[in-house]
Amino acid sequence: MSFFSTETARKSKSLSDVRRRKRTSKLTTVLVWACAAYFLLPLLWLAISSTKSNSDLFSTFGFAFGNEFALFDNIASVFTFQDGVFLRWVGNTVLYAGTSALIATALATAAGYAFAKYDFGGKAAIFAVVLGSIMIPLTALALPTYLMFSGMGLTNTPWAVILPSVVSPFGVFLMRVYATDSVPDQVIEAARIDGSSELSIFFRFGVPLMAPGMVTVFLFALVATWNNYFLPLIMLSDSALYPLTVGLAQWQSMSAAGGGSQALFSTVITGSFISIVPLIVVFLYLQKFWQSGLAAGSVKE
Amino acid sequence: MTISAQKAAQQGRRTSLARGRSRTAYLLLTPFILVFLAMLVVPLVYSGYLSMFKRTLVGGETFVGLQNIISVFTDQRFLEGVGRMTVFFVVQVPIMLGLALFIALALDSGRVRAARASRLAVFIPYAVPGVVATLMWGYLYGPDFSPIAQAFKAVGLTPPDLLSSNLILASMMNIVTWEFVGYNMIIMFAALRTIPLESLEAAQIDGAGQIRTALSIKIPAIRQAIMLTLIFSVIGTFQLFNEPSLLSKIAPNVIGTSYTPNLYAYSLAFVNQDPNYAAAVAFVLGALIMTVSYVVQLRGRRKVSA
Repeated sequence: MSFFSTETARKSKSLSDVRRRKRTSKLTTVLVWACAAYFLLPLLWLAISSTKSNSDLFSTFGFAFGNEFALFDNIASVFTFQDGVFLRWVGNTVLYAGTSALIATALATAAGYAFAKYDFGGKAAIFAVVLGSIMIPLTALALPTYLMFSGMGLTNTPWAVILPSVVSPFGVFLMRVYATDSVPDQVIEAARIDGSSELSIFFRFGVPLMAPGMVTVFLFALVATWNNYFLPLIMLSDSALYPLTVGLAQWQSMSAAGGGSQALFSTVITGSFISIVPLIVVFLYLQKFWQSGLAAGSVKE
Repeated sequence: MTISAQKAAQQGRRTSLARGRSRTAYLLLTPFILVFLAMLVVPLVYSGYLSMFKRTLVGGETFVGLQNIISVFTDQRFLEGVGRMTVFFVVQVPIMLGLALFIALALDSGRVRAARASRLAVFIPYAVPGVVATLMWGYLYGPDFSPIAQAFKAVGLTPPDLLSSNLILASMMNIVTWEFVGYNMIIMFAALRTIPLESLEAAQIDGAGQIRTALSIKIPAIRQAIMLTLIFSVIGTFQLFNEPSLLSKIAPNVIGTSYTPNLYAYSLAFVNQDPNYAAAVAFVLGALIMTVSYVVQLRGRRKVSA
């Protein structure tokens, strides 16, 4: 049973929620809110700290504002430090994550649709291999991939980060589940009778019907690459090519090395804060997609 | 035309149609399969191949067969890292998944006020890169301007050194828990939403309370989703890298270069310049993770059928 075919079950369930909502439990509410506080407080601290000057950071309480409101000074120093390399890192991150998520989504959509809507020789075996590969730890692959790429002269180029990130076995799995439920066989049959070719059926009917599932796969591929640290760390040596994760880690180790670069603390904190805002906004904005997409993956074997 | 000839013609048309369709299927699959082979299968095979050589100053590369792989199994530094990750797995994963399950069940029961906002609050850390989460917690653990240390000092106590060798593993567990409870919770929550209302109502009629319903109906119903989160946790734990690597910058004496197996593979390849042995470590680690995931899955299946 999958999420998408149980729309009615879900609807009747939310009716029962209305009925149940009258009896909220104080204890459960307090416990869940305590958990929510644990997840939010560190981010609140990060937000408040990014408005403080370096000296206020040391002299005022963590969850209180400082004597001066230094947010704009901090933002300015984030974007001007080391000749404004931070902006390049933002651009690189968007480029790497956006490109690989787009390609990963396209590949997963085509493959998922093929698995869902066609019978062909070796289908079960190929799908089993793809599904099994979810268990292969990516870091076990990163090292040999690096050595391969360095032989081909691909290291220290954007491709070194993008290419390994376009393979998404979990995306194929999600799209297969999604295509099964969202593209009715009758639509495909009707289009065949009208004389449409198989590929044009895929593009004209399949893709629009699968769009919400594609958004989910795109989002998770985007986050995976956006947040990736290990792969760009080993692949890239030129700091102008770094994504935000590697760049920020480098700034942190500079500030941890202490001494004269102590003034970096507020810069690193503000840079960290800036780097998480885009993804949080995207996630809040596209809530209904990632929640339903995960549902599909969690229910089907 | 006789009937049988008609039939044969029809059948011929059908098989050629079927052939056309499977051609389309292969066409749609090919791009994915190509990158799958190039980026997953080839590196895996290549790392196995690399691990069979040894580079020496005099003789260049020599074939040593399984020697590297065998020495990984008796490598004290590798085994210590695996041991540390086993402790991490045994302690942190139950806490993380237990918390995720509790929150998912609580939100699904409809007994929490502001449930939607709470769900988002719990999920938000997933959108925070591991690097940023570790930087942030690193500052929160530190002695300088952390509100934790400030609170201890305010009441006249000495703040605990959360970056000391006694506490660093627990500190790391906290970071990973903070990062991934929300993700696991959403997977479980989404599965809970698909339980048919009828079975829940039947339990209600039988007079089962919330806790009873959760234990005997909801949790068994989402066993599949819980398995998925468990497998993801096995994979995540044993290849831990970001957190120890970044914390080692602020606690260099506590976290060595082989603190986790993955950190060890990294420093072998890039500090020691020994890609062959690093490949062997990565290969053994990968095999270990797949074995543990597989065993976890088998045990899960057996429980279902029992």
